[in-house]
Amino acid sequence: MKISTIRDLLGAEVLCCEDSLDSDVYSACGSDMMSDVLAYVKDQAVLLTGLVNPQVIRTAQMMDMVCIVFVRSKRPSEAMISMAEDDGIVMMATDMRMYNACGTLYVNGLIGTATHV
Amino acid sequence: MSEPLVFHFDVDGENFTSAGQASTQVKKNLRQLGLSPEIIRRVSIAMYEGEINMVIHADGGTADVIVSDDGIDIVLKDQGPGIPNVEQAMQEGFSTATDSIRSLGFGAGMGLPNMKRYTDSMNIDTVVGEGTTVTMRVDL
Repeated sequence: MKISTIRDLLGAEVLCCEDSLDSDVYSACGSDMMSDVLAYVKDQAVLLTGLVNPQVIRTAQMMDMVCIVFVRSKRPSEAMISMAEDDGIVMMATDMRMYNACGTLYVNGLIGTATHV
Repeated sequence: MSEPLVFHFDVDGENFTSAGQASTQVKKNLRQLGLSPEIIRRVSIAMYEGEINMVIHADGGTADVIVSDDGIDIVLKDQGPGIPNVEQAMQEGFSTATDSIRSLGFGAGMGLPNMKRYTDSMNIDTVVGEGTTVTMRVDL
């Protein structure tokens, strides 16, 4: 699924790295606990979270994730946006709640595969 | 055999916001060395979890990453409270982190299990009241 499709499905506002909207994502993960995110290797994944602190960006960096979606109208700080920009990670924000956002992506084909190492 | 490369970092225990900076830098350094993305990801995730642990449990410490021809060693050393029961601490879901740490996205009891999962070997040397040294290795 293209990142631009994720934006459209979630009615999300893109906060940085708009020039990467044409990139593909193959899996997704929804969590507010970063260690749970770090437990599974995903291929070109998108992270959906309601957590807003710099460790969200660091977690995405460590996992080579390509996109972060903040749910429940959460907004990252300018410093967080700058961190994501440096690593080319697309960040967006949606008013949708976590369950609905994940469900919307799932029924539209972003099923993905996550594997335990 | 070429000389091992050593990267040393002091991990600031006062600032949760900056936690993970050493791991981010290691990831950049390993990329420059041309290592495979999978190896880089395993090293950086294991080190990141360890770095977070040092910040939230042990008021910081030091991190050394040694890159040699046949593997990457990560040595995380702190002078924190130590781990009274390592076997228990290794269980997924077990955590002594406070609610305030959980509200920051950590303390799910996955840190040590993740470190073991992403590395080929891991050793924990800990003394209650004196500190902990975690040594991990990823084979090349």
